[in-house]
Amino acid sequence: MTLDALAIREDFPIFQRKIRDGKRLVYLDSGATSQKPNVVIEAELNFYKLHNAAAHRGAHQLAEEATDAYEGAREIVAAFIGAQVDEVIFTKSATESLNLIAYAMGSASPGNRFYLTSNDGIVVTEMEHHANLIPWQELSKRTGATLTWFEVTPDGRLDLSKINEVITSSTKVVALTHQSNVLGTINPLAAIVARAHEVGAVVVLDACQSVPHMSVDVAALDIDFLAFSGHKAVGPTGVGVFWGRAELLAQLPPFLFGGSMIENVTMTSATWAQAPRKFEAGVPNMAQAVGLGAALSYLSGIGMQNIHAHEVGLAQYLLDQLATIEKVRIIGPNHMLDRGGTISFTLGKIHPHDLGQFLDSHGVAVRTGHHCAWPLNRKFGVPATTRASVYLYNNTQDLDALVAGIKGAEQYFGGA
Amino acid sequence: MDLDNLYQEVILDHYKNPQHKKLNEHYDAQVHHINPSCGDEITLNLSLHGERIASISWDGVGCSISQASVSILSDLLAGKSIGEANLIHEAFLTLMQSKGTQKGDDELLEDAVALAGVSRYPARIKCALLGWMAFKDAALQAQDK
Repeated sequence: MTLDALAIREDFPIFQRKIRDGKRLVYLDSGATSQKPNVVIEAELNFYKLHNAAAHRGAHQLAEEATDAYEGAREIVAAFIGAQVDEVIFTKSATESLNLIAYAMGSASPGNRFYLTSNDGIVVTEMEHHANLIPWQELSKRTGATLTWFEVTPDGRLDLSKINEVITSSTKVVALTHQSNVLGTINPLAAIVARAHEVGAVVVLDACQSVPHMSVDVAALDIDFLAFSGHKAVGPTGVGVFWGRAELLAQLPPFLFGGSMIENVTMTSATWAQAPRKFEAGVPNMAQAVGLGAALSYLSGIGMQNIHAHEVGLAQYLLDQLATIEKVRIIGPNHMLDRGGTISFTLGKIHPHDLGQFLDSHGVAVRTGHHCAWPLNRKFGVPATTRASVYLYNNTQDLDALVAGIKGAEQYFGGA
Repeated sequence: MDLDNLYQEVILDHYKNPQHKKLNEHYDAQVHHINPSCGDEITLNLSLHGERIASISWDGVGCSISQASVSILSDLLAGKSIGEANLIHEAFLTLMQSKGTQKGDDELLEDAVALAGVSRYPARIKCALLGWMAFKDAALQAQDK
């Protein structure tokens, strides 16, 4: 491992505090949200302190500075994911990004390439977060398009054996996650993208769990749309990213209407500005976008390949440790091939809430529940799991604390 | 340990040996409740005998707090009148919302006072209330019959 997690932790003020009566914070819930380094907190603070004005409006110095800061953040995001600057749209969250495209497709008119009817199909997977499932369910209801999905195998992989039957000539959109927020599985995109493009469908990638943790290049992946959230990438809450290919954004109808997304307006109609403005109605979350820019610059400074290698090393370590506890059942792949640093598991009959509470009393923060992927939990026959997710500031000491806590919980709730 | 305050012996006992956790075939109302934030589920059957609760039986999946809480409820409220049950229900609700400031009336709530510690953990209050909300729903439905 090339990362010095202890040195990195110095950048994150939250690790200076103690929790639950003086215990060290062992934060293993970065899959839910990441902690924030000083540079991000300061970027947001400084925007308000020094540059605050409405971007793209006003003929004064502050408006200029606010616009520069906001557009500068867009350039950072574009460079981070290998996109063109005008293809990057700021939203309030990845959830909004995914709703944006689903709603926009639903309002496309006949003749538009995104127009859907009951003759068309929408494809998702069984491992989707609710945010990349329900918007498509609703689009299916509104348009009559058929919703189908890739199933998940018992070892937590997408079952691609029937890929040509799942993605058919009527498929218009394939929406899937890059890395499962429950299983940790990194999905094999090449085959899916090739098949989708073969039938003329667009690929929408939920990259919430990949962009913060590994190098993601939209051009290399050959996908069409991508969504991720700022707060999982050491950035602020309240800002997400929606990326789309320029030629597709030109055809996609807008989602939210209002100020700054227009070209011309009369009392009865309006025409739209070009992307990205077309998809950014209203005064944007400027301070948060600027914070996200600072976050991605921070991550770039450390190196996404270093971060990914660090997490893979930690996840391997944790899998090895968990394998020594008889009652642990890993929900997801039990080896590190095409897998990230998110590990979900069950512990005999001990309910994840009880395990999570026990761990919390030892300062160890994990996620428990269905992780907003209820259908996936049902598939694995578990009402809930415990999830540990690592990031750049974690080390093996954190994982040792988790493992010790699991063993302690076994004794505490033993016999249950 | 602070945790023992939450996981009282009574709770762990009920969790390991849940009472009335087998659905009666006959009932006046059956309800199914879910805690959408965690996925815990419960089915609860309620039988009335006039104004009195004849039996409460249930089945479900959930954490020790939710399982123990419904187990305690099914023991505590069986045989009580609807009026008494409502009083107990209200007292339990108040206890759960007390943020750790109350111990609960053990003459009224009996074993349910063991759950007082839950009120200090906001994320767990819904766990403790799952079975109680199911009971309330079932009682209203059974009375409407």
